[in-house]
Amino acid sequence: MRIGKDLVAAAATPVVLGILAEGESYGYAILQRVATLSEGELEWSDGMLYPLLHRLERLGHVHSEWRRSEAGRPRKHYRLSEQGAAVLADQRRQWSVVGGVLGKVWPDDGGPRVRLAFGEA
Amino acid sequence: MAPAEAETPGLEALVASWRRWMLRHDALTEPDVDELESHLLDRVDQFVASGLTHDEAFLIAVKRLGRTDDLSREYAREHSERLWKQLVLDGGGAEDARATDAPGEPLPLFRRANGLAVALLLGVGAGLAVKTVQFAAGVPAAWLNVAVTVLPFLALWFAWRRRPRAATMIGAGAGAAFVVAGLALNLYPFAAPDGSSAGALSTATGLLAMIGSCVGLWLVVGAVEAGGAWRSSDARMHFVRFSGEWAVYAVLIALVGGALSALTVAVFASIDVDVSAFVGEWVLPCGAAGAVLVAAWLVEAKQRVIENIAPVLTRVFTPLVTLMMLALIVAALVQWNVVDANRDLLIAFDLVLVVVVALLVYSLSARDPLLPPGWFDRLLLVLLGAALAVDLIVLVAMVARTGEFGFSANKTASLGLNLILLANLAWATLLQIGFLRRRTGFAALERWQTAYLPVYLAWAGALVLVFPPVFGFA
Repeated sequence: MRIGKDLVAAAATPVVLGILAEGESYGYAILQRVATLSEGELEWSDGMLYPLLHRLERLGHVHSEWRRSEAGRPRKHYRLSEQGAAVLADQRRQWSVVGGVLGKVWPDDGGPRVRLAFGEA
Repeated sequence: MAPAEAETPGLEALVASWRRWMLRHDALTEPDVDELESHLLDRVDQFVASGLTHDEAFLIAVKRLGRTDDLSREYAREHSERLWKQLVLDGGGAEDARATDAPGEPLPLFRRANGLAVALLLGVGAGLAVKTVQFAAGVPAAWLNVAVTVLPFLALWFAWRRRPRAATMIGAGAGAAFVVAGLALNLYPFAAPDGSSAGALSTATGLLAMIGSCVGLWLVVGAVEAGGAWRSSDARMHFVRFSGEWAVYAVLIALVGGALSALTVAVFASIDVDVSAFVGEWVLPCGAAGAVLVAAWLVEAKQRVIENIAPVLTRVFTPLVTLMMLALIVAALVQWNVVDANRDLLIAFDLVLVVVVALLVYSLSARDPLLPPGWFDRLLLVLLGAALAVDLIVLVAMVARTGEFGFSANKTASLGLNLILLANLAWATLLQIGFLRRRTGFAALERWQTAYLPVYLAWAGALVLVFPPVFGFA
């Protein structure tokens, strides 16, 4: 199953903020974490993460700092700001409202229409 | 596997060429590419650990970054300001830019922003020097010595920026030039024919010497700028480009500075405080002297950032000036009164030739030497031909008149300049024809213009040193 482009784009900000809420991280590690958490279902091309991180930094949701990796390579680390934490909490409320609505219109058994579609009525 | 590895370029070479490719996109800056590179290498490490070779891993890692166009568009959307190149005040320069947003030691103050602090200090120094001369010897003397007082600071700026290898040699040469010009300007007894002591600038030879000192010492500054390489054609062309950009910035600064000064005077006048004397006596002279340095600093700071503007102006105005010249030929033939024209004509045509030479030089300076001749090069040939034709007509007329009325300092100076420019344009026209016929390379055109620079220096030197005594300081 591939998740649609618009949904990926909409989910990107809360997912990235959520991962940064676990502790500071850098681009590559964030992508690895997304891959692990979604078991490879939620994917976007690697490069696109960085403009997103830059946008979050410009908005003040994250701060960044250049460090060195164990291999001695320069690496840019991102850390959630207080404002970013507030934004994350807000996004979380919004997503749970959406999730709640979806949960109600899509009951676990799929609802009458789906039952109809699968010929179980 | 080992021989195959030896034939394929190493990972570092692959990454380096990928970096170059990425940096061609305006929306991506060096720190962005640093970040992407760090990511790329992490990915490569991951793939290599799972058994791929380095170049396989590299290819997949690059692929996973996404299409470069999409990526660049995404960066451009986030950093739209980058498509409008800004002046970087804290850092500047490709190698310095990393200092602000990349690991590394912060730069010392005087090194930051391409040495803005040093440029400002030198600018203040130039302003104070002008005021000192004015207090010591009066306003006319300050004007007479303007090149001698201001340009040494520009030379110092270049000495500081370039750190020429043969520093003492160049310093001694430039210093000697400044001292000789200064001595000549101030020790020659310029005197108006009616005996009034209105200052050297009221005499023709004094005014010519002042103009000569500006041009000559500017070229001397060019020698300092080029450092040890002042004989090289490339270094000279670099200074020519600098001069064009500097002139554009200087005009912009003068416009804005003038407007702001007028506004200041007006605003203070509205509350009955008269600041016009202060603005006129302090702000304008010091500001103008300082602007020389600030404009020089701007050229260096923005050199890598924006398209050079002088060649752009050249492209816009070459067709118009060509039309103007052709119209002039027609008008001169129809009217046929050049011989009776007034005596300012030669000076006017000097200016026309200066404009043509400038258009030629700046269109050469921005041209890609590898391109085959195109319509613009043909247009230049038309312009050159028209300028030569008009100037020959004028020259013959003027020589006839001068034979009648004798030589004055002004006439001789403009006649000399006219001949110098005419010789330059004549040979340039031949070279241009050769270039259009693919007989000579483009480099010959460029070399001719840069090789000609010392001729201007010699003529400027003659104006300062030889003309006053020959024409009796009148």
